[in-house]
Amino acid sequence: MSLTGLFLCTFLIVHLIGNLQLLINDGGKAFNAYAHFMSNNLFIQVTAKGLYAMILLHAIKGFLMALNNRKAAGGSRYAVSTSKNASWTSRNMALLGSWVFIFIGVHMAHFWRQMKWGELNMMNIDGVMVKNLYEYISVAYENPLIVAFYVISMIMIGAHLWHGFGSAFQTLGINHKKYTPIIDGFGKGFSVIIPGLFAAIPVWMLLT
Amino acid sequence: MKLTLKVWRQKNVNTKGSLETYNNVDVDPDMSFLEMIDVVNEQLIAEKKEPIAFEHDCREGICGACSMVINGRPHGPQQGTTTCQLHMRHFKDGETVVIEPFRSASFPIIKDLVVDRSAFDRIIQSGGYVSVKTGQAQDANSIPIEKGLADTAFEAASCIGCGACVAACPNASAMLFTSAKVSHLALLPQGEVEAESRVMKMVDKMDEEGFGMCSNTGACEVECPKEISIENIARMNRAYLKASLGSEK
Repeated sequence: MSLTGLFLCTFLIVHLIGNLQLLINDGGKAFNAYAHFMSNNLFIQVTAKGLYAMILLHAIKGFLMALNNRKAAGGSRYAVSTSKNASWTSRNMALLGSWVFIFIGVHMAHFWRQMKWGELNMMNIDGVMVKNLYEYISVAYENPLIVAFYVISMIMIGAHLWHGFGSAFQTLGINHKKYTPIIDGFGKGFSVIIPGLFAAIPVWMLLT
Repeated sequence: MKLTLKVWRQKNVNTKGSLETYNNVDVDPDMSFLEMIDVVNEQLIAEKKEPIAFEHDCREGICGACSMVINGRPHGPQQGTTTCQLHMRHFKDGETVVIEPFRSASFPIIKDLVVDRSAFDRIIQSGGYVSVKTGQAQDANSIPIEKGLADTAFEAASCIGCGACVAACPNASAMLFTSAKVSHLALLPQGEVEAESRVMKMVDKMDEEGFGMCSNTGACEVECPKEISIENIARMNRAYLKASLGSEK
């Protein structure tokens, strides 16, 4: 869980850098050129397959772990449950993870499928005809319901990372008086800033 | 002061238990929690009813026998204390107190609040010892040990094996207990010799006993009456990773 989780964190950074190009005021030129590059570069295509494998591995391991732990905890739990000894996010990683997994499916069906197989309008960038994914995304983000779904999903990812980032290091055996507070602080910042910036994109596009 | 008690009553391992309510229990604020149950039991015996079965031994926080979840928290609401060290003055007059046994598939309920924690014994039996010859008891200071290391080993060794970590964990994981036992031996010269084989055996036994996997909620560390740190879990994870990578099995 820890290694796949941390790998997926690095992916979030790469994905975010690409997405932020949606905010450049150039009619989608930079973003479409980037999307075209991502869909046609061999190295990216190979890495993408690895990424899908990591997402599946993380999800399957998480699911099996949740099942195993439910069995270990026994049928009946306490009549009085307390929230005083562990954070809500740490107790609900499977729930948050399930939402994120479904979100990834919906998100890919929404945009990735269009880029791969959809009939999108074309755009001429320096003589090369590329699919105008920017236009498709702009139209989608005019719908407040779609924007709300994306924003809620980013909150879920943030909550998942709030516990997950630091937890991955603990699982790998990295717990140190000096470094753990730094790692935890970085993890908390990461879990707010990265999903926050992701969520800001559709909100900005809806409002402008 | 008067309390309402809701106590888990279960005849044996095969029957289904339920919470039974005892109203208007007369309690002295200076009683310990176990003394309070003693008084309830005296009353029950006088009424020719079955007393509440619960475990206790030293009643001074060092044996780890007392095992109950009070208002959802193993060993009750006080930080760093066992149930026997918990006093009734920490409760309010008229309060309802729910008392349940430690819950985990690996700790089957024998009766009422008594659970079978022999899974812990089997984890210790699998490797929680030093089997190399270490000679006679050494003269003091003949083996130099760094103070910080000695303190860390001692803190881990203060685990009383009560099982509150398992009871608190939403996954019923025994990582805090096992890691405390692995750490206190591995950090000292006599125990370090067998550190690798020990961690493999004890972790494998822990899994075999059906305890859950650690998801680092940290609930164990909060509820541990001896305040054992989850740093021990990270240490065990490191040791297990190293041992399993180098293992021939």
